[in-house]
Amino acid sequence: MVAYVVRRLLVSAVVLVGISMLLFTLLQLMPGDPVEMMIDPMSFSGDRAAAIARRREQLGLDASLPIQYVRWAGEFLQGNLGFSYSTSRPVAEVMVERLGPTVRLMGTALVIGLLAGIPVGILAALRRNTLVDYGAAALSLVAISVPSFFVALLGIYVFGLKLDWLPTGGMNSVGGGGLVDSLRHLVLPAGILGLALAGPYVRYARAAMLEVLGQDFLTTARSKGLSRRRVVGRHALHNALIPLVTVVAIQIPVLFAGAVVVEQVFAWPGMGRLALEAVLARDYPILLGFVMAIAVLVLLCNLLADVAYAVIDPRIRL
Amino acid sequence: MTTLDTVPADAGSVSPGRLALRRFRRHRLAVAGAIMLVLLTVGAIVLPFVVGADPNAVDPSAIRRGPADGHPLGTDSAGRDVLARLLAGGRVSLLVGLSAALIATSIGLVLGAVAGYFGRSVDGALSRLADVVLSFPALIIIIVVVAFVGPSLPTLILSIGLFGWPTPYRIVRGMTLSLREQDSILAVGGLGAGAVRIIRKHVVPVVIAPLTVVATLGVAQAILLEAALSFLGLGVPPPTASWGNMLNEAQSLTILESMPWLWLPPGIAIAVTVMAVNFVGDGLRDAADPRAVR
Amino acid sequence: MTEPLLSIDEIVTEFRVEGGVVRAVNGVSLDVRPGETVGVVGESGSGKSVTMMSALGLLPGHGRVVAGHARFRGRDLVGLAERELERIRGREIGLVFQDPMTAFNPVMTVGEQIAEGLRRHQAGLSRRAAGARVVELLAEVGIPAPERRARQYPHEFSGGMRQRAMIAMAMANRPALIIADEPTTALDVTIQAQILDLLGRVQQETEAALIMITHDLGVIAEMTERVVVMYAGRVVETADVDTVFHEARHPYTRGLLRSLPRLDHRVAELPAIGGQPPNPQALPPGCSYRPRCPLNQGRDECLTRPELNPAGRGHRSACHFHAELAGLTGGVE
Repeated sequence: MVAYVVRRLLVSAVVLVGISMLLFTLLQLMPGDPVEMMIDPMSFSGDRAAAIARRREQLGLDASLPIQYVRWAGEFLQGNLGFSYSTSRPVAEVMVERLGPTVRLMGTALVIGLLAGIPVGILAALRRNTLVDYGAAALSLVAISVPSFFVALLGIYVFGLKLDWLPTGGMNSVGGGGLVDSLRHLVLPAGILGLALAGPYVRYARAAMLEVLGQDFLTTARSKGLSRRRVVGRHALHNALIPLVTVVAIQIPVLFAGAVVVEQVFAWPGMGRLALEAVLARDYPILLGFVMAIAVLVLLCNLLADVAYAVIDPRIRL
Repeated sequence: MTTLDTVPADAGSVSPGRLALRRFRRHRLAVAGAIMLVLLTVGAIVLPFVVGADPNAVDPSAIRRGPADGHPLGTDSAGRDVLARLLAGGRVSLLVGLSAALIATSIGLVLGAVAGYFGRSVDGALSRLADVVLSFPALIIIIVVVAFVGPSLPTLILSIGLFGWPTPYRIVRGMTLSLREQDSILAVGGLGAGAVRIIRKHVVPVVIAPLTVVATLGVAQAILLEAALSFLGLGVPPPTASWGNMLNEAQSLTILESMPWLWLPPGIAIAVTVMAVNFVGDGLRDAADPRAVR
Repeated sequence: MTEPLLSIDEIVTEFRVEGGVVRAVNGVSLDVRPGETVGVVGESGSGKSVTMMSALGLLPGHGRVVAGHARFRGRDLVGLAERELERIRGREIGLVFQDPMTAFNPVMTVGEQIAEGLRRHQAGLSRRAAGARVVELLAEVGIPAPERRARQYPHEFSGGMRQRAMIAMAMANRPALIIADEPTTALDVTIQAQILDLLGRVQQETEAALIMITHDLGVIAEMTERVVVMYAGRVVETADVDTVFHEARHPYTRGLLRSLPRLDHRVAELPAIGGQPPNPQALPPGCSYRPRCPLNQGRDECLTRPELNPAGRGHRSACHFHAELAGLTGGVE
């Protein structure tokens, strides 16, 4: 197992180098000069061209591309992801600052999605072709089909503006507020993201459970006189969870996509919003750091899925 | 435990195609979805002529007016007719959805057939790549791409299409592999010699049914992605109307609260369209393989 | 004669399928007395297993017993509440399934799976005591290193070992009846004999009755006292084992016997019964065996369904012309 994990980590490192080289090259080839944007022609007085050249030298942007990459990679390994073009703050610092809110939002949403989706999917499988099953299928289809930003707008409109029950955005009220205040801010974004996740989870859970329900060993379990509850709860569920854990783990990075949209609507100060701000400001170091973070997450989650699989399925030995 | 070989009662007398059609028709939601889609398509193409309003015509004297005569759904911040923009946006959504899904399916078909046909290291590399692409959040990568090249309709279609290939790829690859195992034709064909012909003659007919299902669900995905990107201001660039960018304005709380005619119609339009496409996709899946689990 | 332990009486079982229902078992009756071994033989799809599963309430969701009774010690299992059935399954009736690969839960240890049945029926049995009993049981069925084996998962067992563990599971609560459903079909030939020996030994030691479901007349000859031959969801012949092998009075049984390998035949020459087993959704009217039957020859009687009529002492046959088979040995051409 340890050897497997180490080998996978090494492969992941190679993939990361590849991705980073690709991104780095692409980013540098982009039209639009960030240095031009840093030095505002309206407010800047004096020799603007010289100032730009000076700034470019300061940022190391005058060197050739491979040298810039090696410098960047060296710094990257030391935890220095460069400096934001727009705020001049260290990229790592900015990202860490934004990571907390995103983890809070995505973690809560993931828990909501799992708690809502998995039981419903399992129930639908157990009551196959009944009203419960059709109802669950319809609800999950709605959750999959209605874009989360529209649900978010509806949520703000109804609960934030018309009923005035919940805040319309942000992570805290101005001037702080306690735990209750934080939770009130979390309800809408995490709830909406969570329900959007529950849609596919219902489908996965139903499919996984149906797959198991047809299997011989459940008849064996019943032939021992076990109660239906034990047959389903112990024998069927454990086997159905194996593919579920894998698919949920692999898709954790996909959560980020939902976070970008929901963070934008709710003015949630997380990574997703940071990325959008960076796109609009052409803040390439931030973008590069962001994509690298996603790439690391993707590779880690793939590894996590494999390890989890081996842990819960005794047939798999890594 | 010995189980029965269950033979459908009417097997033998009805062709598989007819049987599939029958199963699809029995799927009431799928039929409703199909009808809905036809209406939407016809509406998006024909209605603009009926309504007559230019979706891009600016009227400074009628800004953010509520629904009234002449503007059944009101006007937006530039005084443009919301209904006209809604219909124009529908065309954009369908265009993006269909063409992106077509690109994704074509790439998936070619790569899947190649992987299944050549097997070994080609298959290994392509499948690994598909896994990675599949677990990357497409929206985020496209956002970054847009940051590079700027938003435009072709960029949008191409990048959504480029991210959609792994699902069709997996299906085609799996079926090609099993074809190769059971069928001597693919083996006899030899490397390179007539590979294209063999894929066209033997692989395509087999994969066409499941591929249609995946492509349909891909259309829904693409429409959702387009809407999200346009909503964020990184998709279809204005002034071209799209359902997503019509919703962009609603991020302002004032508009959200007091001008629902600006954001409710495009939001509902996206939801209904994607749902209809998904219904059809589910119906097609059941028709193609009644035992497949959703 | 002793009272039957299990008395299956005119069971009819149907399955819902796309476009209708299939009657998989159509009025099957059979008795098993305490300690007796009964063989149920027939081609796959003839309804052997479904009959047993109907009696035990273990049909899959789309199956239903629509008529008949299955009295176990006088209680009708058909229509009995699930809770009551649970009390009988595993305690008074043990099951051995065909494929030991799929019959075990892959993610639970073999020991846990046996212990679970013990603890279900023996209130107050501690986890530790159940574990010790599992080890004893595994040793009894001839599994070496039972302590270690009990902690292993099914995939770590060979096919034969798995089937031994399955037998240990079935006999765990000393049931009065063991039903073995094709217990050797999925195994290598060399292992088959060992498993049959083990089943015979277990039966002798526990004095349980045994129902042996098989399509293999060799197994029947070796293990059983009485034989029930099934075809297309019905019993076509029933007799003691000697009678079946020497004086079978149904052309289907004769056909099965002819396809049995013998020492004086080379395997390649084995004749099989011509034609296909019938589609249960489209049974021919009259005698179901008619299309494949050498006695048919277009006779009108074959167009009506034959009853299971006496053909000798303890011998019944569902053939209009069973008398024609009297005295004939071997198959009919």
